[in-house]
Amino acid sequence: MKPFAYEAPTSVDQAVTLLAEKGERARPLAGGTDILVQVRRGFHNLDLLVDVKRIPELVRIDYDAEEGLTLGAAVSCAVLCEHPTLQAHYPGLLDAVSIIGGAAIQGRATLGGNLCNAAPSGDAIAAMIALGGEALVAGPEGRRLVPIASFCTAPGVTALRPGDLVVALRFAPPKPHSGAAYVRFVPRGEMDIAVAGAGAWVALSPGGTTFTDARIALSAVAPTPLYVERAAEALAGQAPGEDAYARAAEAAQEAAKPIDDMRGTAAQRQHLVGVLVKRALRAAVARAGANHAGTGMEA
Amino acid sequence: MVEIKQNLIVVGSRPARVDAVDKVIGRASYATDVRLPGMLVGRVLRSPYAHARILSIDTGRAEKLPGVYGVVTAADLPPLEGDDAVGEKAFRDRELASDKVLYVGHPIAAVAARTPEIAQEALDLIRVEYDVLTPVVDVLAAMKADAPILHHDMRTRSLAGTGEKPTNVAAHFEQVKGDPGQGFAEADVIVDREFRNPMVHQCYLEPHSSTAVWSDNGGLTLYVTTQGTFSVRSHVVRLLRLSMSQVKVVPMEVGGAFGGKNSSYVDGVAAMLARKARRPVKVTMSRPETFMATGPNSGSVLRVKMGATRDGHLTAAEATLIYEAGAYPGSPVGSGSHVMFAPYQIPNGRLEGYDVVVNKPVVSSYRAPGATQACFVAEQVINELAGTLGFDPIEFRLLNSVKEGSETVDGTVHRHIGAIEVLQAAKASPHYTTPLEGPNRGRGVGHAFWGNWGACSSVTMTVNSDGTVSMVMGSVDITGTRTSIAMQAAETLGLPLDRVKCTMGDTDSIGYSDTSGGSRTTVATGHAAVKAAHDVIDKMRERAAQIWEVDVQAVVFDAGIFHVPDDLDKTLSFQALAELLPRTGNVVIGVGNVDVADWGSCFGTHIADVEVDPETGKVTLLRYTVVQDVGKAIHPMQVEGQLQGGATQGIGWALYEGYEFDAAGQMLNPTLLDYKIPTALDVPDIETILVEVPYPHHPFGARGVGENPIMPPPAAIAEAIYQAVGARVCDLPITPARILETLGII
Amino acid sequence: MTHKQIVTATINGELTEFLCEPHQSLLSCLRDVLSLTGAKEGCNDGNCGACSVILDGRLVNSCLVLGVEIEGREVTTVEGLAGWQALTPLQEAFVAYDALQCGYCTPGMLMAAKSLLDRHPNPTDGEIRAWLAGNLCRCTGYDKIIRAVRAVVPGTAVAPKTAEAPETADVLQTVLETASVDQVKEA
Repeated sequence: MKPFAYEAPTSVDQAVTLLAEKGERARPLAGGTDILVQVRRGFHNLDLLVDVKRIPELVRIDYDAEEGLTLGAAVSCAVLCEHPTLQAHYPGLLDAVSIIGGAAIQGRATLGGNLCNAAPSGDAIAAMIALGGEALVAGPEGRRLVPIASFCTAPGVTALRPGDLVVALRFAPPKPHSGAAYVRFVPRGEMDIAVAGAGAWVALSPGGTTFTDARIALSAVAPTPLYVERAAEALAGQAPGEDAYARAAEAAQEAAKPIDDMRGTAAQRQHLVGVLVKRALRAAVARAGANHAGTGMEA
Repeated sequence: MVEIKQNLIVVGSRPARVDAVDKVIGRASYATDVRLPGMLVGRVLRSPYAHARILSIDTGRAEKLPGVYGVVTAADLPPLEGDDAVGEKAFRDRELASDKVLYVGHPIAAVAARTPEIAQEALDLIRVEYDVLTPVVDVLAAMKADAPILHHDMRTRSLAGTGEKPTNVAAHFEQVKGDPGQGFAEADVIVDREFRNPMVHQCYLEPHSSTAVWSDNGGLTLYVTTQGTFSVRSHVVRLLRLSMSQVKVVPMEVGGAFGGKNSSYVDGVAAMLARKARRPVKVTMSRPETFMATGPNSGSVLRVKMGATRDGHLTAAEATLIYEAGAYPGSPVGSGSHVMFAPYQIPNGRLEGYDVVVNKPVVSSYRAPGATQACFVAEQVINELAGTLGFDPIEFRLLNSVKEGSETVDGTVHRHIGAIEVLQAAKASPHYTTPLEGPNRGRGVGHAFWGNWGACSSVTMTVNSDGTVSMVMGSVDITGTRTSIAMQAAETLGLPLDRVKCTMGDTDSIGYSDTSGGSRTTVATGHAAVKAAHDVIDKMRERAAQIWEVDVQAVVFDAGIFHVPDDLDKTLSFQALAELLPRTGNVVIGVGNVDVADWGSCFGTHIADVEVDPETGKVTLLRYTVVQDVGKAIHPMQVEGQLQGGATQGIGWALYEGYEFDAAGQMLNPTLLDYKIPTALDVPDIETILVEVPYPHHPFGARGVGENPIMPPPAAIAEAIYQAVGARVCDLPITPARILETLGII
Repeated sequence: MTHKQIVTATINGELTEFLCEPHQSLLSCLRDVLSLTGAKEGCNDGNCGACSVILDGRLVNSCLVLGVEIEGREVTTVEGLAGWQALTPLQEAFVAYDALQCGYCTPGMLMAAKSLLDRHPNPTDGEIRAWLAGNLCRCTGYDKIIRAVRAVVPGTAVAPKTAEAPETADVLQTVLETASVDQVKEA
């Protein structure tokens, strides 16, 4: 590995200053599960890694029934998965968080890192898009919120500017009668990169008879995790059921732009989008149905 | 025929392996753990092109970099001389390319430096000018008349003689038995299919590593991870023109090998660097280097045609096997053709094989070399015939199975085999007798023959004055053979296992032993250990005779006791006699030095249950059973481990594994993320049934067991998938995409 | 140009100070600086698990952690599992069930299994397999590893498939007796 310097600031301001000084030649270090591999392979030429795990704001989890959820960008997946609030209110997010690598990767990998790595196959990114999440970004000019749906701009490329740091991921509190789920396809048991993935979030009318709102996002079928804008139209006002799911799946298949690579073929991915969107919707609707009290408990 | 020992005490028991405790406390020492004073890091510069002429290599800037102690290229090898300059040049070019690179990863130069970072920087400073040539990546394309040629001096070797034109087909053979045309004419059903499989890697978890250090008097010591210390010695002796006694190869614990550590990859370079740098040098390969620049198993294209009568008898079989050799000739195509039809009585047959060079890594042995893909194709066709004719797949195999004295298509005669016993045990197994229920589920069977090996082994055995025995074997322990060899010695000596210690010797301290491959070690080195133990017993009987002043013929050894029958005063336990040895002419050393020419083959039948997700093509293994004829299981727990591990590697071939190359010959998946081997989640508990049909020419009846279990899984799983969803996939790995494609879903 | 940094951390229960390059992995620090060679390198990119150690109670791949990151933290490696007098029940089970062949994955596998049992003392077979899925083993087919881990789950212990008792204790005793004083200190 090419030598670089290491700093471990304890505040966001210090981190932003360090990152801004070095511009493209500095990167934040959260779980390191992607960046260290990439640096080792020579994908980045860095002078500095800024370890952000000693910044209290980046390792906090805050939940408030009014404000919703704020997840520090550097909290490990293992901590997220064990968190009772997340288990209770955001099982659709944990669907994705829990399948990022095996136990040892879970102990290190973070949502902030997963987002900034901007892999087309980023499971958590699609799940966060489906949940309508936002990234809280701190930069030299202050803080701003960036919708996760528009965060990734190309494979490995994000809307971040030099000096920017993702501080936290924010999600609205779960609505009554809403539910979310993320499913992916990998050829192995797990421990793999998605060939295709689909995240769905749905909100139902109080009786559960119609969709009032929905969001669908896909992974590994486009240059970035993909928000399927037309899926909500396809579902709005429809009754939950196979007809509606098929319509949403069709909208997702139209939006997908898969390619052939060593992990799968374009035709396979196109087909999987249909299968996975339906499966994600079934799971999300089941959770919404069980969510009359707005607890989001898994069905 | 030797008499097989009965009433065994140690052999057949399940003691903890002697290396286990060191391995669970992190103390076991592997080649990468070697640390010597002043040791440098060696790194290798490798070709980025699959096919190119080297116009020049400039190492000047690298040599001047502070912290660099030596740079070597092919120019540092001793000059070529003698009659066999062509063969020698190819041998040396594999180590360090002189004028042409033939695959991505081909070594060109190496540096020794103080740190890995400096070594890397030095590699970056070496300038190589290439004339890039068109690569040949596809094996069928390589056979075409107008294909780019890898080796302009290569001509096809065949029984008919040597070809005239430059070619990529290194060898071609054809074997015929009976009249295949007539055989197919007699068949009521014929199945004719073509299959392909990509290169697969052994994926031992420990990459290759070699540490070299020279003494002032020209002696070289190498600390290596290898299956055969003497193979490494031969390699380095040939490369550097040394005498055998100049080179000492020290075996370390081996972190997995599976055939892939029979060949040398970094030993020669480490020795060259250490000599130039005048300091110890360690060269360790990275995982991508291990994928790209060691020896995977051949990718291949196979065509198989078999015919059978309505009453279930095979009438004829034909196969054409085209194997990639990689950049230099030597694929295991002969091994594949030898085994593929060997489980069956087939009156008429034809086997044709091609060994073809392509711009890919040079293939090496991988557990039953060349046999897994050959078994996959033959067994798929057998399964299809059985199904078409309405036979139970095991019944069909029993009906056609070879027996004592049967002759295979390639003329091999089976002796003392357990084929029928294995098939019957599979048929009666708890797995096979339990119906599989549920939608999208299926069961498949695969069956395999593997010939095993014997060859040379050496053991010495010193009786210590406290009655313990220190034995040294020339075989490298890659599977637990220190334990299984010590067990055979202890059994012969009438001692408990904890009185016999077995260690691996370096090449200075023990006689020549062939590599630990071909499932030979427990069998052949077991022969050597038993022979050494008998030598010990004979020498101790002589000593007892000397002490008692009787004729040696009067001294009997039985159950660990030396005695003169009918003379109760003349009785000494092994230990009591051992205590007297130092004062009656020094301790006793037994020697066992054998070339085993007679060994047993083995058969295995696997049963796989799968469930296939019909929407995604994802395959889940539900249940898996391995039934194998193991002769006498010396250490049944280790035998089970071999069966489970071998089967899991075969499962990897079946479902996940394969090299991916782009058109330029660049490997696309040289990581353990994208080259997918089975994880704990991908396999169920693997049931094992050990069928013990003793081999009569081994002291305990043992047979080689390690290689056979990799062969049947792809066919068993392919058939299970067919039974589950009706997709008969002919290419490996059987990916979800291939299943969906075969079903016409995508 | 970077400079070596001093790192102070608790390693296997002992406060330890060492020097490392900022870019040096924890795996390299353990092996090359501290001579704790139990953790192995199999891939150096987090996909094999041979380098698994426990960092502040979490299983991590030490190849994907920088040495400088462990300042003030606690690391347990395979060398820290057993006291000198006895193996842990998990290690004993690996020996008794023959849950290893080449042994290269074993240190990482043990650390992964330990971290599982520390957090989930009663895992199901499926949970064991899922937790160990990041630790590749190419020799065993996992079967005996799963059985060994299962054996230390309270109430589910099944003796190894044998009439003869495994000779773990004997083997251990032999090792203890033959070890030199220096080895005792290292361990």
